[in-house]
Amino acid sequence: MKTLLQRAFWALPLLLCTFPAFADDAPKVDSGDTAWMLSSTALVLLMTVPGLALFYAGMVRKKNVLATMMQSFIVTCLVTVVWMVAGYTIAFTGGNAYFGDFSRIMLTGIADKWDQPFILAPGTDVAVTNTIPETVFMMFQMTFAIITPALITGAFADRMKFSALCAFMVLWSLFVYSPIAHWVWAPTGWLNALGAADFAGGTVVHINAGVAGLMCALVMGKRLGYGTDNMAPYNVGLAVIGASLLWVGWFGFNAGSATAANGRAGMAMAVTQIATAAAALGWMAAEWISKGKPSVLGAISGAVAGLVAITPASGFVIPGPALIIGIAAGVGCFWASTWLKHLLGYDDSLDAFGVHGIGGIIGALLTGVFAYGPLTADKDHPDGIYIGGLEQLGHQAVAVGATITYTAVVTLLILLVVGVLFGLRVTEEEEREGLDIALHGERLG
Amino acid sequence: MKLIMAIIKPFKLDDVREALTPLGVQGLTVSEVKGFGRQKGQTEIYRGAEYHVNFIPKVKIEVVVPADRVEQVVEAIIKAARTDKIGDGKIFVLDVARVVRIRTGETNIDAL
Repeated sequence: MKTLLQRAFWALPLLLCTFPAFADDAPKVDSGDTAWMLSSTALVLLMTVPGLALFYAGMVRKKNVLATMMQSFIVTCLVTVVWMVAGYTIAFTGGNAYFGDFSRIMLTGIADKWDQPFILAPGTDVAVTNTIPETVFMMFQMTFAIITPALITGAFADRMKFSALCAFMVLWSLFVYSPIAHWVWAPTGWLNALGAADFAGGTVVHINAGVAGLMCALVMGKRLGYGTDNMAPYNVGLAVIGASLLWVGWFGFNAGSATAANGRAGMAMAVTQIATAAAALGWMAAEWISKGKPSVLGAISGAVAGLVAITPASGFVIPGPALIIGIAAGVGCFWASTWLKHLLGYDDSLDAFGVHGIGGIIGALLTGVFAYGPLTADKDHPDGIYIGGLEQLGHQAVAVGATITYTAVVTLLILLVVGVLFGLRVTEEEEREGLDIALHGERLG
Repeated sequence: MKLIMAIIKPFKLDDVREALTPLGVQGLTVSEVKGFGRQKGQTEIYRGAEYHVNFIPKVKIEVVVPADRVEQVVEAIIKAARTDKIGDGKIFVLDVARVVRIRTGETNIDAL
């Protein structure tokens, strides 16, 4: 025993000498970047449960509060499994310009290099090397895949069958979310190659969910008693807590999308805060002037609209433009949710389209106007890869148009299939009784 | 004995209680109620959707007093609950046939 210890003692300096040489050869996981991305992942999950669950549940009638919370909660669970099985591999492996390959199906192979930096699209000439392990990247992206379909639930609140909801969410995640995430964020994706800028998901998350929500609202029709019954929110206080949690979690969403703890993450955080505040003030002012009172629901809706609009722009813009993006989103989404919706006559119950669709479009287009070159400068592009101007605006418009078209068509197809298999809507009796009792056999106090 | 039933604005409840205590009122019953009168309803607006709320929250006070105290108590409630604005409420005075204190079995004036 003594000799073994002695040998170990003499071997120690030798080990210390050789280890740094080994470390210099292979790229290493950066502990600072990884720590931030682990935290960001938790922050983004916080946006869906409990953030979005509370935000939406506070805006429905008392008889539907639990069912609305259940939607966010179960989407979280369903998409986690879907992402593990096939969603991640479709979105983030090399594949072709439109669809990933199946090399990570069931997360096969993720354990092979579990403690090494993760390379996106390895072996291609567009490969991107990160400083975090693949597990962290996969988990961070999973939380985005979770919140996107959960956002759609706002459009059909109070009337969708739970079985139909589960089927819809699985299919939508696989056939709409993952492909669009691939187009925009995979290095091989066609919109990424085109040069469309979407830092944290203006197209992938918000336009995508907003337009899908609009399709759901159009196909499923209005709530019973829409326009005649009192559909005032059960508890705007819950919605305030939910919106505030969304705001906090959004720092993980936007600043985390730098996939590193660096200067771009810092800029993303700063512009997120500024645009959110500006949008809340913008919505409040518009409402105060046109309706006479600055409502609490209006202020928090404006804040969410600002968070949505700055999402694609964060990481590409600096504070001045963030202020403009925020004000534009606050006023624009107010207009969409209070005027456009009533003009066109669809019942988007909680304004998934009015806030996420319209806010996403405003943000994605203004990113093309305001992108600040130096934030994306490297040695091959000293002036920056993304520079605001007509050309960039054109790329943004293509990305917006492609996302709207694809999600509208495929969402309609999925609704058709699910409608035939399950039926989309609860019965009239169940809807009047409330989804809490009718679907879940429970009641809120 | 008379039952005095007053419908008042909720925020005036404490003022009314404080006005009645010096008059020797030993107890009263309070309920949260909703209703409408000349004030009609109020309009709520949520993201541009306007809802007319027909029934406004009010507080109902019920107090039983000997017949000779009625005027005094009614005056005190009016004084305490009045804001001179529409929606201040109403007072109803009804006859009471019989009162029993459950604990002791005392009846009528003794039970108040």
